[in-house]
Amino acid sequence: MSVLVYTENWDGKFKKLSFELVSYAHEIAKMLGTSTIALSIGNVEEDELKKLGDYGAEKILKVEDNRVKNLVNSAYTSVIAQTAEKEDATVIVLSNNNSGKALAPRISVRLKAGLASGVAALPSSTDPFVVKKKAFTGKAFANVKINSNMKVLTLFQNSFGIIESGGSSEIEAFTPELSDNDFRTEVKEISKVTGKVLLTDAEIVISGGRGLKSAENWGPIEELAELLGGATACSRPVSDEGWRPHSEHTGQTGKIIAPNLYIAAGISGAIQHLAGVSSSKFIVAINTDKDAPIFEAADYGVIGDAQKVLPALIEAVKEFKAEA
Amino acid sequence: MKILICISNVPDTTTKIRFVDDNTKFDTNGVQWIINPWDELALTRALQLKESSGGAVEKVSVITVGSKSVEPTIRKALAIGADDAIRVNAESEDAYEVANLIADAVKDEGYDIIIAGIESSDYNGSAVGGMVAEFLGLPSVSAVSSLDIENGEVVVKREIDGGSEVMTSQLPFVAIVQKGIALEPRIPSMRGIMMARKKPLNVIEPAEVAPMTEYVSYELPPAKAACKMIDPENVKELVVLLHTEAKVI
Repeated sequence: MSVLVYTENWDGKFKKLSFELVSYAHEIAKMLGTSTIALSIGNVEEDELKKLGDYGAEKILKVEDNRVKNLVNSAYTSVIAQTAEKEDATVIVLSNNNSGKALAPRISVRLKAGLASGVAALPSSTDPFVVKKKAFTGKAFANVKINSNMKVLTLFQNSFGIIESGGSSEIEAFTPELSDNDFRTEVKEISKVTGKVLLTDAEIVISGGRGLKSAENWGPIEELAELLGGATACSRPVSDEGWRPHSEHTGQTGKIIAPNLYIAAGISGAIQHLAGVSSSKFIVAINTDKDAPIFEAADYGVIGDAQKVLPALIEAVKEFKAEA
Repeated sequence: MKILICISNVPDTTTKIRFVDDNTKFDTNGVQWIINPWDELALTRALQLKESSGGAVEKVSVITVGSKSVEPTIRKALAIGADDAIRVNAESEDAYEVANLIADAVKDEGYDIIIAGIESSDYNGSAVGGMVAEFLGLPSVSAVSSLDIENGEVVVKREIDGGSEVMTSQLPFVAIVQKGIALEPRIPSMRGIMMARKKPLNVIEPAEVAPMTEYVSYELPPAKAACKMIDPENVKELVVLLHTEAKVI
């Protein structure tokens, strides 16, 4: 028996969410009295792979095959399913990010394993297997019972945390069998922005709404994000107007995020917007309307024009940084 | 070429979520039901492709799994412009069962492109599209934000962390689509609503399949403490609180 965790890499590197996944898988393995096995697909240096051991992976399997350099849903499903069978895994853990969402459903069907997506806590019991997951886009949680022997879980990012357990780990190469049928899609072109903090990874997010009036007024949002090492986001009307790209839209139909700090400037806080950001640990609201619903969701509020408050806030952060 | 859209019937996005029966059931009282927002965008895109393809796309169909109560939602899909609809007559909350039923219903129907929304706004499973692909043994691309047909070949753009990839796929294939696939959902015209009444809505009885999971209970997030107000003339205080109290900067 084992718990298998798929750890995606980004240009050969892991990130916080990878370590959170391994920590989570390791805690489940402890509940089941079994071992934690991490699977890495693609080229990752040994030093980097070893890091997974610090969070509880006892064995790290690496699959290095040039055909699986980019995500191919069928092929990755084959790799993960074969690994699960080889390691007799009863629980498979993935992230609830783009690739986890692409793979988990296929793995579930391939292995006849019940799937719980967007889980946000350890199982409350393992027999029966019951786990809490997000539902109704952050407006509620559901406790899901998985009846199958094998289980697939996708962990909601930044909902569990990191636990360093510092055990020893071994690295093993694995060569799965892949057929032409696994490669019916092809990546033709990749475009990537580098050097920017990703919205889904950011611990601090600065977000602007219609209250900022026009695309030209985004300077302070970007400046504050850069100052705090955060990412920029926006509300739906802003992306619909084309002031900001769709990839920045946070809310029910955009990105669902859970940073440590979310600063909403000029956002009134429609229920659909709050659904996407209410899992943030702390919310700061800046709005001229004291009755705006965003203040009900916020921890700290400033009643005022974001275009005046943001520059003052930037100055205050600069002063604070200079003193620190 | 035939396109199929998997449609989910979900509570309107403004719905206040409440539970009944000792928090074991979603309170449907007073809830307005809509086409899952991503499914509606998928349908809009499929219709645009049909109109611009010069006959290459012959038909756009929709399918849903649900009891008779979901028919207004599927009629709306027909009013928006789908050519015909399938309703698998079963009630289910488990994505595995839903996908199994859809796959079983369409396996011999020869759809070239099957589209599902990235998730349903109620159970957020992000599962049906990928599961249908796997049940049918088809390739799938997820997080698709644009879908085109160029010289008979399907070209999609998928979102990756910090960027995007342009991809092609052999047909048939399953696209799991997200925001961007169409800008605005199409609104049914009066003529569309009239025509929808005459379009075929085929009700089929479900194959015998079992769910893998069950929802045992629900919880609402803990209530938030009152918002601490800060004087706009003294945002320095906010920075201090974020550092000392919230410990986030």
